[in-house]
Amino acid sequence: MNATVSFTLNGQPVTVASPRDRMLVWVLRDELGLTGTKVGCEAGLCGACTVLVDFEAVPSCSTTLGDVAGKAVLTIEGLALDGHLNPVQKAFQEHHAFQCGYCTSGMIMAAWAFLKKRPKATRSEIVEAMEGNLCRCGAHVRILDAVESAGKAMGGVR
Amino acid sequence: MRRRDFLQGVAVGALTFFFTTPLGSAPIVPTRPGTYPEDFNAYLKISADGRVSCLVGKVELGQGSMTVLAMLVAEELELDPAQVDMVLGDTDLCPWDMPTGGSLTMWHTAPVLRGAAAEARAVLLRMASKALGAPVSGLTLKDGAIWVKATPASRTTFGELVKGRKMERHLGKVKPKPLSDCTLIGRRVPRKDALAKVTGAAQYAGDLRLPGTLHACILRPPAQGLTLATADIAAAERVPGVRIVRDGPLLAVLHPQPDTARKALALVKGTFEGSEPDVDDVRIYQYLVDKAAPGQRVVISRGDVAAGEKRAATVVEAEYRNAYESHATLEPHTSVAKWEEGRMTVWASTQSPFVFRDTVAEALKLGQDKVRIIAQFVGGGFGGKLVGPGAIEAARIARQVPGVPIQVAWNREEDFFLDGYRPAAVVKIRSGLDAGRGAITFWDSTVAGVSQGEAELSYDMQSNRYQAPTVPNLHPLKVGAWRAPNAHTNAFARESQLDALAAKAGLDPVTLRRRLITDARLLRLLDLAVETFDWEPAPGPTGRGIGLACGAWRQGLVVAVAQVTVDKTTGKVKTERFLEAVDVGLVVNPDGARQQVEGAITMCIGQALSEEIHFKGGRILDKNFDTYLLPRFSAIPRIQVVFADNATSVSQGIGEPPVVPVAAALANAVFDATGARVTHVPFTPERVLEALKLVPAK
Ligand code: FES
Ligand code: FES
Repeated sequence: MNATVSFTLNGQPVTVASPRDRMLVWVLRDELGLTGTKVGCEAGLCGACTVLVDFEAVPSCSTTLGDVAGKAVLTIEGLALDGHLNPVQKAFQEHHAFQCGYCTSGMIMAAWAFLKKRPKATRSEIVEAMEGNLCRCGAHVRILDAVESAGKAMGGVR
Repeated sequence: MRRRDFLQGVAVGALTFFFTTPLGSAPIVPTRPGTYPEDFNAYLKISADGRVSCLVGKVELGQGSMTVLAMLVAEELELDPAQVDMVLGDTDLCPWDMPTGGSLTMWHTAPVLRGAAAEARAVLLRMASKALGAPVSGLTLKDGAIWVKATPASRTTFGELVKGRKMERHLGKVKPKPLSDCTLIGRRVPRKDALAKVTGAAQYAGDLRLPGTLHACILRPPAQGLTLATADIAAAERVPGVRIVRDGPLLAVLHPQPDTARKALALVKGTFEGSEPDVDDVRIYQYLVDKAAPGQRVVISRGDVAAGEKRAATVVEAEYRNAYESHATLEPHTSVAKWEEGRMTVWASTQSPFVFRDTVAEALKLGQDKVRIIAQFVGGGFGGKLVGPGAIEAARIARQVPGVPIQVAWNREEDFFLDGYRPAAVVKIRSGLDAGRGAITFWDSTVAGVSQGEAELSYDMQSNRYQAPTVPNLHPLKVGAWRAPNAHTNAFARESQLDALAAKAGLDPVTLRRRLITDARLLRLLDLAVETFDWEPAPGPTGRGIGLACGAWRQGLVVAVAQVTVDKTTGKVKTERFLEAVDVGLVVNPDGARQQVEGAITMCIGQALSEEIHFKGGRILDKNFDTYLLPRFSAIPRIQVVFADNATSVSQGIGEPPVVPVAAALANAVFDATGARVTHVPFTPERVLEALKLVPAK
C-alpha cells in the first residue's frame, strides 16, 4: 500500500509515494535514482548501504521509508558541496582508500558520521567505529589512514 | 635496468590507423580470437579534439588496471594519464583479450599496449615533421602538442594532425622509450577511478537505469544437485505488475521494482528433482581422498624416494587441509541484458567480457557477433567473475521479452549458493631431512582436491614424488578459480611442512630455507624480508609468534613474515604484523602494486582464520556475512610491503603472488607462538584449540 512520505534528501525536500515499510535503499536507488548507495547483504551486515539519517549512520537496507519520514537523509551524492569534496572523500581520494570501490560510499558515510562527532578519535576508536563496514578487496589499512587524516583536516589535530 | 627484457614481448605491427570519429560510432572489425591485434587502431584512437582513447578488453576490478594501462600510453605519448580516456571491456569496441585474472594484465597486455603507444608516437612525430617542415629529431611533444625544439612557436597538436581524416601508415618496428627517459613508470600517479568512486558516481552493472527495466528474481533449488520440476505461480502472479518467465528449469519473476520482484518470488512454490551429494563440510576431506585415490598419478618425480627416506634423520608426515572458500565479492554477480533487433547486449559485472560473450552466444545459440558485452565497474572479482552464469540467466530471460532490459542481480544468499568455490583440498606430505640438516633427502606429496600447481619451489631435494588425481568431477560442489588457484593450497602444505621439519631438527625456519633455496632471487628476497622485519630467527617455538613462508606464482616471488598472538583459552588468533617482500620484476605503478599486496594479505587473513563454506549435502548453510566471516577492521595488522629492486625481468602481475604464502606464514607464526601446528585452513578458534591440545606439556 503506497503512502506519501516526505523527508529531506541531501538538503532538498522530497516526497515519495511508496509503501512505508519499503526499505530506504530501494527508494533511493530505484525511485530517486541515487545509485551511489550500494547493496551488499540486505541484512545490516556489510555497511555498503550506509547513509546518514539525522546525522546517524544507518544501513539503508534495514531502514524503512517510514523510519525517515520528516527526517534528514544524507547520501554519498550529497556530501560534496558546490563541487568541493568533503574532507573524508578527499582523504579517500588521496590515500587511494579503495580498490573496487563497492564499499566506498558506505565507508565514507560511516566515517563522516563518526568524525563529525569525534574528529580527534584514536586509531582504535576508528577501528571500532568502522567495524560494521566490510571491504572484500582489503583496502582497510588505507581506509583507516584516510579516516585518520580526514579527522585531522576537520580540526581534530591531536 | 635491463629494459630490453621488458621490450622483448612487445608486438609491433605493420599498419596503424587513426580514427577521428567519435567513440562508439565505428566498431572495430573483431580480430581473430586468441590473438592480439597487430594494428594499433584497436588500442588507440585520437580524435579531432586531440583526446587519446585507449581501448582494451580488460576490466577495472579494483586492481587499478585502468590507471596502470593509461600510464603506459601516457608515457609514450608524453601525456598525463588523466588525458587518456580508457574504454575497457566492451566487446564491440575493444580488441579481443583474455580474461582479467591470473595476473595476466601486466604480463601480456602491458607490453602490447606499450608497443602500440610507441608506434602511435612515431606516426604522430612523422606527421608533425611533415606539417612543420622540421626533422623528427628536432621535435618534442607534451600534453598533446608537438613543436620544433628550436622554434617553439612552430607547433601543432594531435588533434590538428588527425583532423577529419582516416589515415593508414606503414611503419617498421618501433621501440618504446628507454626506461631512463620514462617520467611516469615507477612513479605514484593518482588513480583514474578515484573521483568516481569517492562520489558514488562510479557505475556498476546494478546502477544502470535503462528505461523500462524489469528486475528478474530467479527461483533457486534448496540444494545443489536439484533442479526445478514443477512450480505453482498463482500467488505470485496476483502481485500487480509481475510477469513470470520460464525457460526450462529457469523460472524468473519480473517486476519494475527489485524488492517487489524478490517478494513475489517468495510466493512461488516449487518442487525440485535430482539428487544431492551425500557429503558435508566435515566428511568432505575423506570423501576427496577416497574419490581421488584410484586416479592418483605421479606428476613429478625425481630420484629414488625410498632410498631417500633411508638417508633421512628427521622425518615428518602430516596432512594439510583447506575448506571451500567463497569469492564473496562485495558486489554480487549482476547483469543487465537487452534483446533488440536480433542482438543481445549485456552490461555485466565481469572479469572476462569475451568469455561472457562466447558463453552467452553459445547458450542462446547465437553467433558471437550477435552478442555484445559491456563491462561496467566491477565490485570485486578474485576469479569469481571469470564465468558468468548470471549473465546467461539475464540473456535467456531477455530473449523472451524483446526490447525490455532485464536486470539479474543475485542477492547475497544466491551469491554464496551459486559461487564456484576455491576447492577444498587435502595434501599429504611425508618428507625427511638428513643428519647434517642441510638436505631434503625425500619429499613425497599427494594431493586431492587441487592439482600440484606451484607445489614445487626452488628448494633442493635429493628425491621427490608428487601425485595428483586425474578423476573428473571430483568435487561435490561447484568449484572455480580463486586468486592463485592451487598455489596457495600447495604453499600452505609445503611451507608448513618445512617449518615442522626445521623445528623437529632444532633449526630455525630461515636457516633451513637458506640451506635449501637454489634460486638467487628467492634467496635475496628471503634476506630482504628477514632484514626488513628486523628479526633474529631462532628454533621454534620461541613464544614470539613469528612465522615465515615463501611462495611463487609463475615468475613472481614472495616471502611473507607474520607475527601473531594466540589466546590460548579461546583459540583466537590475532595478526599483529604482516610483511611481504615481493619480486614481480619491473613495477610500473608502485602504489597500485602495493595496494594489491595489502589487499591480498588482508583477504588471506580471512582465508587463513575464518572463511569457510559450511554445507550439508547440497545445502549451502552460509547465507550471509553472519556465518561466512570476512576479516573486519579489528582483524587487520600493521602491514609492510617491500619490493625487490630487481632489474632483470619483465613485469609480472601482482594480483596472485602475494596471496600465495599468507596462510602458511600465519600457521607458522601460530606454531612459533604456541608450539601447536594448525594444519586445517581456516584455523578457526575451535581448530586452534584442538591443535593446542596436542602440544606436549613441558
Ligand atoms: S546492504 Fe545494508 S548492510 Fe549490507
Ligand atoms: S574496495 Fe572493494 S570492497 Fe572495498
